[in-house]
Amino acid sequence: TMDLPHHGYRATKPRARAGPPAGDPLLFDDTSSSTPAMNTQGYYTPGYNMGAPAGGPQGGAQVNNLFADPMANAAMMYGSSLANQGKDMVNKEISRFMSVNKLKYFFAVDTKYVMKKLMLLMFPYTHQDWEVRYHRDTPLTPRQDVNAPDLYIPTMAFITYILLAGMALGIQKRFSPEVLGLCASTALVWVIIEVLVMLLSLYLLTVHTDLSTFDLIAYSGYKYVGMIFTVLCGLLFGSDGYFVALAWSSCALMFFIVRSLKMKILSSLSSDSMGAGASAKPRLRLYITVATAAFQPIIIYWLTSHLVR
Amino acid sequence: MAFTLYSLIQTAILCTNAVAVLHEERFLSKIGWGVDQGIGGFGDDPGIKAQILNLIRSVRTVMRVPLIIVNSACIVLLLLFG
Repeated sequence: TMDLPHHGYRATKPRARAGPPAGDPLLFDDTSSSTPAMNTQGYYTPGYNMGAPAGGPQGGAQVNNLFADPMANAAMMYGSSLANQGKDMVNKEISRFMSVNKLKYFFAVDTKYVMKKLMLLMFPYTHQDWEVRYHRDTPLTPRQDVNAPDLYIPTMAFITYILLAGMALGIQKRFSPEVLGLCASTALVWVIIEVLVMLLSLYLLTVHTDLSTFDLIAYSGYKYVGMIFTVLCGLLFGSDGYFVALAWSSCALMFFIVRSLKMKILSSLSSDSMGAGASAKPRLRLYITVATAAFQPIIIYWLTSHLVR
Repeated sequence: MAFTLYSLIQTAILCTNAVAVLHEERFLSKIGWGVDQGIGGFGDDPGIKAQILNLIRSVRTVMRVPLIIVNSACIVLLLLFG
């Protein structure tokens, strides 16, 4: 089914791992070359007409065409080719560090997916099928599969959390711009620490999953939704509301993380079905999953308790 | 605990330095973590100890030159700006 293009999203076709479109339009289309020609023609010829003899305007207009328009045309061409070169260079440099195609996969979301995912984060207990669906070896985009991780919700939730923290501090008259930057960088550093610890533990236990770094960033960023909910309840309903919301979002988030990561970590036993090293592995993998899940409430409490005094 | 990005960079530099300083023959072989004691089982998944030794050795190899540059820059900056 074709989704209507929503404001703020580019309506790309729902392909799996949609790459960039082949014929990328220029940053600015070169439509201005025709109109200034007419403008300069209009500007120059009356002025020339006033001081010139009667036979002059014809030759004058053509000479002015040669002077004004080639310069403008050449400048326009040069500027757009410079912009193209700059764009290509930036793309090349960025694609050396991270593949932009993979990043685009994580932002291919739509409103329906966001709604369902938010409902799932707050109330995951009735969801039946947690398997990420594939389509000929590539995972489906978040638009077609609710279980796929995305980076849109974590990014938006992170920014909303920072704004909410500023608002909460302002309500308590403890606001200053430095505190906002400090809050933002603290939250960012905790995400980086968590992702690095996850990567390290997955590497040490040689767990062969297809969890990329972006997947881990996505799963680690989902806790910001819980944090926003907790802070809002704390602001609206006082300290009791804060602890109730903390308990609710912690349980929901722990359930969500365990069910999502169980599919990825615990069931990737393709190579050691020999039974040789299989005894210790599932236990350690279970420890990783449970430790990740148990870390979430701690960090939610740590990052929000100072906002709801 | 309020973290700034600067403290994150500091932590990263200190941790990488700590791993790169572990000397191969003066220290790691003495406690049984040398290069020859790591690679145990072939074909099967290596254990945790083999992975850790591999990690230490690769950090030492890869990060030696960048660490020299970054440490020198840090020393100069700390001398100039305190």
